[in-house]
Amino acid sequence: MSADPANTAAPSEACAACDVYRAAQLRKLGLAEGEFDFVVALAGNPNTGKSTVFNALTGLRQHTGNWPGKTVARAEGGFSYRDRRYKLVDLPGTYSLLSTSVDEEIARDFLLFGRPDVTVVVADATRLERNLNLVLQVLEITGRAVLCLNLMDEAERHGVKVDDRQLARDLGVPVVPASARFGRGLPELLAAIGQVALAPVSGRVHRLSEEPPAIRAALGDLTARLRTAYPDLPNARWIAMRLLGGDDRVASALRRGELSGLADRARGAREGLFNEAKEAVR
Amino acid sequence: MSVPPEAGAAGAPAGSGEEIFQVSRRLRTGIEGDVHEHLVEALYADAGRIAARAVSRPGRERRATFDATLDRIVTSRLWGFPVMLGLFALMFWLTISGANVPSALLADLLVGKGYPWLQELALAAGLPAWLRGLTIDGMYLATAWVVSVMLPPMAIFFPLFTLLEDFGYLPRVAFNLDRLFQRAGAHGRQAMSTMMGFGCNAAGVVATRIIDSPRERLIAILTNNFALCNGRWPTQILVATIFIGGLVPAHLAGLVSAAAVTGVAMLGVGFTFATAWLLSRTILKGEVSTFSLELPPYRPPRFWRTLYTSLIDRTLFVLWRAVLFALPSGAVIWLSTNVEIGGRSLAEQAITGLDPLGLALGLNGVILLAYVIAIPANEIIIPTVLMLTVLSAKMTGVGGEAGVIFELDSPEEIKRVLTAGGWTVLTGVNLMLFSLLHNPCSTTIYTIYKETRSARWAALATLLPLFIGFAVTALVAFLWRALS
Repeated sequence: MSADPANTAAPSEACAACDVYRAAQLRKLGLAEGEFDFVVALAGNPNTGKSTVFNALTGLRQHTGNWPGKTVARAEGGFSYRDRRYKLVDLPGTYSLLSTSVDEEIARDFLLFGRPDVTVVVADATRLERNLNLVLQVLEITGRAVLCLNLMDEAERHGVKVDDRQLARDLGVPVVPASARFGRGLPELLAAIGQVALAPVSGRVHRLSEEPPAIRAALGDLTARLRTAYPDLPNARWIAMRLLGGDDRVASALRRGELSGLADRARGAREGLFNEAKEAVR
Repeated sequence: MSVPPEAGAAGAPAGSGEEIFQVSRRLRTGIEGDVHEHLVEALYADAGRIAARAVSRPGRERRATFDATLDRIVTSRLWGFPVMLGLFALMFWLTISGANVPSALLADLLVGKGYPWLQELALAAGLPAWLRGLTIDGMYLATAWVVSVMLPPMAIFFPLFTLLEDFGYLPRVAFNLDRLFQRAGAHGRQAMSTMMGFGCNAAGVVATRIIDSPRERLIAILTNNFALCNGRWPTQILVATIFIGGLVPAHLAGLVSAAAVTGVAMLGVGFTFATAWLLSRTILKGEVSTFSLELPPYRPPRFWRTLYTSLIDRTLFVLWRAVLFALPSGAVIWLSTNVEIGGRSLAEQAITGLDPLGLALGLNGVILLAYVIAIPANEIIIPTVLMLTVLSAKMTGVGGEAGVIFELDSPEEIKRVLTAGGWTVLTGVNLMLFSLLHNPCSTTIYTIYKETRSARWAALATLLPLFIGFAVTALVAFLWRALS
């Protein structure tokens, strides 16, 4: 893991194997009920192991299968880590957030309107390039993200090496190599989730570097208008892209005034907790 | 999309959402080419750059050759289908031959020993006869039957299926079927929802969400019922064992019955294609969408984990559902055979009324009545059929009082009762066909209604397979009688 502040150092594998450590740090809460401090979304391409990560963290046994398209609805569960309660939402696997199938809409709507505090994108390390297409789209929507580079064991078997530090630098979000089927990398993933959840703002997150020339002017104009109208909107440019692409769901949210307000509430709750955490450290 | 009257373009205040929306509409018209394509190109270029910097391949790809070789075989035009049929037949054969002994043991325990013990207990407690009949003869026996008929085959079939799934074989099946779905005018991803339907049609209908075109999604929903669901497997397996397996020498019986069940399952896939083809050329016309299908790497299944989850998630889940439906159904059956109007019980009257239609279809009134009672759950078909057969044939010495499910702990005894009830090989064959081709269970119908948000599509999904079932069984009965 990279870009890691000193106060949330990732525990080592040896630590994670120790029962005492586990009991103190991670409690699997099973079905999500009651109050939660943070909401964590699990996104990713189909068949990258989202449900396996979900089961490992919540202790639930959602059915997993080696085929794309198994999860088509949202599944929710909970866990508690370092005295914070997290609600984990397993989203359907999608290749993009741009098309119109029901499963992609469920994932997109949750990321955009559900405003999760942390979005974990689970990616297949053996097929990084294709997985990055979705990762980049998620990063356009939210910078509060962690990339879980799953299936590292298979990548190894196929002779693929992934430089997770380089990736973390390029993307601007924590990158955690993992093999969720065997429980490897999960302690680091938890630490990264906790770090992003408690951070007041997201860092320098990768945004699409080259805007397509054909839409640059229109995109600039629209993004500026959105920023003026909603200064707190974290993803003005993405909203602008969707409006130009004729996305009815985003358009109707804009016209009904649903874009304002959501951002403030989520951030307010987070800052309160962050101050509390800082005081605890002092 | 229309603009609400109170917020026209001219009247929207500056900086409001409505105004920004109107600006976006104006800007869109000035853009050359497709916005979506421009964006996707930019995304791909970025992803390619980042991936190139992070990924290196110093090692040789060792295991990839194994995966590739296996894929060449299981997805080849020549071997793809034979391998698929062989694997499914093997699963059914293991299920059929492995389930007999435990089924007999369970029947002996629950019905042979548990039933008289409960009767004695109820007598000692001084329960009135009608209450004993309703609870023990009706509810308990129906449930005991469902458990002993269903638990052993499911406890074998589901783990096998899940192991195959965990290994990564299902996407290869989808790959093989994709060409056929395309030709039928349906979406290739329907292969996935069809595979889910082999477990449970309600789950299969939900799984069609991965299909993005509404037209192709409706085709997938309307034809999902042709995937033989697990509530129907026990019926298929038992009837095949009794009537098809009985036609050949004992040592071949298991193999032949497995082939018969595989045949019915494949027939269902055939009906899926045929119906999809018909729908896509009549009420659901349109273009076929293209999509990319990912073949994930083969993974060694985690044996114990798979065993555990398939037992908990599938076997016990399905069994629990069956028991929940068996309890009230058992009560209904007992009541219908014991409440008399004009000197004849309700069940007898219904059976007599349905008999002409049933016989014309190569079935009988008992089977049709059983399918009415079993609309909530196909799982209870066999117990219901047996109980009603004994009643309508006025058998004595098997079950004793009316509405009692008797001790039948082997296929031979079941066959004896059914033959006495007038069943022939034709009845068995047509029951297998009708079990494949009839209305979906009520859970599935409700799920279709929820997913399509339309009572009309739900009604079509209900009546279409029923109509096909009537047509096919009538045709088979006609040909059978004409030829014999």
